[in-house]
Amino acid sequence: MNAPLTPTNGGCRSAPILKERGQREVFCGLTGIIWLHRKMQDAFFLVVGSRTCAHLLQSAAGVMIFAEPRFGTAILEETDLAGLKDAHQELDREVARLLERRPDIRQLFLVGSCPSEVIKIDLSRAAERLSQLHAPHVRVLNYSGSGIETTFTEGEDACLASMVPVLKDTTARELLVVGALPDVVEDQMLALLADLGIGPVRLLPARRIDDTTAIGPDTVFALVQPFLGETHAALERRGARHLSAPFPFGDEGTTAWLRAIATEFGVSEETFDAVTAAPRARARKAIAQAAEVLRGKSVFFFPDSQLEIPLARFLTRECGMTAIEVGSPYIHDALHGPDLDLLPAGPQISEGQDVDKQLDRARAARPDLTICGLGLANPLEAEGLSTKWAIELVFTPVHFYEQAGDLAGLFSRPLRRKAALRLEAAE
Amino acid sequence: MKLTVWTYEGPPHVGAMRVATAMKGLHYVLHAPQGDTYADLLFTMIERRDHRPPVSYTTFQARDLGSDTATLFKKSCQDAVDRFNPQAIIVGASCTAELIQDDPAGLSETMGLSIPVIPLELPSYSRKENFGADETFYQIVKNLARAQNRTARVTCNILGPTALGFRHRDDVEEISGLLSELGIDINVVAPLGATPADITRLPAAHFNVLLSPETGEAAARWLEKTHGQPYTKIVPIGVGATRDFIAEVGQIIGKSLAIDESRLRLPWWSRSVDSTYLTGKRVFIFGDGTHVAAYARIARDEMGFEVVGIGCYNREMARPIRALAQNYGLTALITDDYLEVEAAIEAVSPEMILGTQMERHIGKRLGIPCAVISAPVHVQDYPARYSPQAGFEGANVIFDTLIHPLVMGLEEHLLTMFRDDFEFHDAAGPSHHGGHVQISRNLDASGGSFPAKMKQEPADDNIVWLSDAEKELKKIPFFVRGKARRNTEAFAVQKGLNEISLDTLYEAKAHYAR
Repeated sequence: MNAPLTPTNGGCRSAPILKERGQREVFCGLTGIIWLHRKMQDAFFLVVGSRTCAHLLQSAAGVMIFAEPRFGTAILEETDLAGLKDAHQELDREVARLLERRPDIRQLFLVGSCPSEVIKIDLSRAAERLSQLHAPHVRVLNYSGSGIETTFTEGEDACLASMVPVLKDTTARELLVVGALPDVVEDQMLALLADLGIGPVRLLPARRIDDTTAIGPDTVFALVQPFLGETHAALERRGARHLSAPFPFGDEGTTAWLRAIATEFGVSEETFDAVTAAPRARARKAIAQAAEVLRGKSVFFFPDSQLEIPLARFLTRECGMTAIEVGSPYIHDALHGPDLDLLPAGPQISEGQDVDKQLDRARAARPDLTICGLGLANPLEAEGLSTKWAIELVFTPVHFYEQAGDLAGLFSRPLRRKAALRLEAAE
Repeated sequence: MKLTVWTYEGPPHVGAMRVATAMKGLHYVLHAPQGDTYADLLFTMIERRDHRPPVSYTTFQARDLGSDTATLFKKSCQDAVDRFNPQAIIVGASCTAELIQDDPAGLSETMGLSIPVIPLELPSYSRKENFGADETFYQIVKNLARAQNRTARVTCNILGPTALGFRHRDDVEEISGLLSELGIDINVVAPLGATPADITRLPAAHFNVLLSPETGEAAARWLEKTHGQPYTKIVPIGVGATRDFIAEVGQIIGKSLAIDESRLRLPWWSRSVDSTYLTGKRVFIFGDGTHVAAYARIARDEMGFEVVGIGCYNREMARPIRALAQNYGLTALITDDYLEVEAAIEAVSPEMILGTQMERHIGKRLGIPCAVISAPVHVQDYPARYSPQAGFEGANVIFDTLIHPLVMGLEEHLLTMFRDDFEFHDAAGPSHHGGHVQISRNLDASGGSFPAKMKQEPADDNIVWLSDAEKELKKIPFFVRGKARRNTEAFAVQKGLNEISLDTLYEAKAHYAR
């Protein structure tokens, strides 16, 4: 039944983890707003923070997304720091003005930042108060995207976790799929699940607030993103049960992920094969084409999005690469365990970061491909290392069968480009 | 608390980073939480720098707050000195660290480091990026510059250019060349390319050229006061300004200076008959104060445009820009609120915008061409080619920059003559730009989807366009349609009309004829 075979040399689940702390070259959790505000079309994200927060959001977007941003920053000024009561009044005023101008907004997220956390502006109290003021038209929730508490994709985790307590109760036996996906990928996933005879499928986050995502003791949930540790815990607290599986990257990951769900819902082997055979074949073909230049090459992951472990599994098992180091900002066994099981032993698994020391290791190893953040990519290229900026892996549709070739292509492009450029004199 | 969608300037510690990254042999230890490292990408991605900015972030987390963030700061400081071996370090706090009040200045002082440690006080909740750069450079100069004899030959320093500046790299080259033609040697360029050791030598120069007042004025003033070095007040951007700058330099060194202008092309390009169509083009100018002032003069006196809007986002320049606008019969728009700028541009519907990255997007939405003339800019505005703003070559570059977004002169005529050709129509955009065909130029709406929702709707002025007039208006090429609509409506209000007919349209046209 084509279940993925564990590596003959043992996987990485019990490998010793190098834990480091020091300077971290990563984004904070506010960055998640860049994709979440597109995903939830009736939501507005109001960061309560500083000019730095606003500047981060527009810089991290790579290009400034000027078309209708559904996010903004309430910038704290000196007068706000003087008295907290004033800060709450100011916030109420800004929210009222915002909602008046944007009647299409149905859910508002107050997003905490480093400064708002340090001066202890109680955003949960503010969210409660504002919910009462603007109910029933607008629901106000809060979460922290601050750098002192969240690393990059943990912002989405914190956002989704904040929605769990307000989900309606249900006793239905339903599948809940958790994690923001590009709409086109989400539709592909829903089609696959429908073909397997599984439904209705609920989504978190839903595209709009009116959608009927509910939760209860008979809910089972599957994660499509490996950075949803808090949300995982919050869902379990509501009695839902997690379907543990490798993440749906590549042919193997997607198949294993679907199989965990199919097994839970008693889908027959024939049905499973009938539904997955064609897209699997397409995925394999597409991966094989893109992976040609990756085969036999080495890869080094700097910690960024927590996608590192599943992607290392994909690159080593399906694209023929060798992993030297796989760094992740955080490693959760309940989430990353199945992928670590499949990742062939060998690479250094590291958690956290002391960036200068990690750069020393990368320079010593001279990997063929280095996956790192935007701040490191050009400096490493200038040292002759090929790089892939990690943020593109979060901003590009890469999940499930039809994107498996694109995913491999994201890694092969830097190498193909290096081979294509002829910049030296012709002798 | 102020709701902000997009910002023109980053926080002040980003200004300090612009100075640190511009220099060599200097390191910045920044007390900051995880996430503030995003600022590295401004330099490595937007400016395509091939080195990491020389910045160590202490990266404190929530769990550190209760315990000892001060120790973390000292450790980062020591690690940075050991690893990077800088000639001097600057130390400071980002917005969050400012709140926890660890006092980086005091902490680093107690460490007994053998190199100069320059503490920065950059108030994050009241000041911004340009202030941060200006203040940082000033502190570095104040701490390191040493009194000394002037050089035997006449020399000057060039002050102000930083990393992430708008064309600073090329402006330094152009102005260095110009000064060299005038027989003046460069003592030090700073901060761009200077080491702390170079900074100590600043007082050896006879005078300072302040190329970028936004980021160098405090240092220039201090050098004038403390070391008796006069500095230039004219920024040599544009033909007239460059000539005035040369005269100013001559005055400072007490010599009449002459220069070969044969490589200056703007004046002839502007006088040549093809440029006639530029006459009276209505332009709106917004950016940092220095570039706005320079471009206002260029637009009016050297291109023959009509300046219909002037403003800047940096409050430090509010006074000179207000005075300048008055000279042009305008009221300056001093704001860092992007929505306010958009509303102002929409209200005067100019034929071209001279602005920043933000105004480029405003122009895109309103269907108004835009030339980028000031920071903040994006990666495409860091050109590979030599492309200065300052000096004579800068003037040549500016001429090209200002005509490129526009429909060419003869093309404009043809569009006016044959309005409804299915292939050659105004919505296709200027013929030398690709990719415009699909864009719907929706000048009739209040400005696309987002602005209409994010700001107050314009007041309904109760003027009705009759269908004949409306149809005729649509025949007017897009690049003047907004103006025509606005003029006609203003004319109707003036005449007390509440309907606009075909006749009203043409009466208004005659009224505004020039």
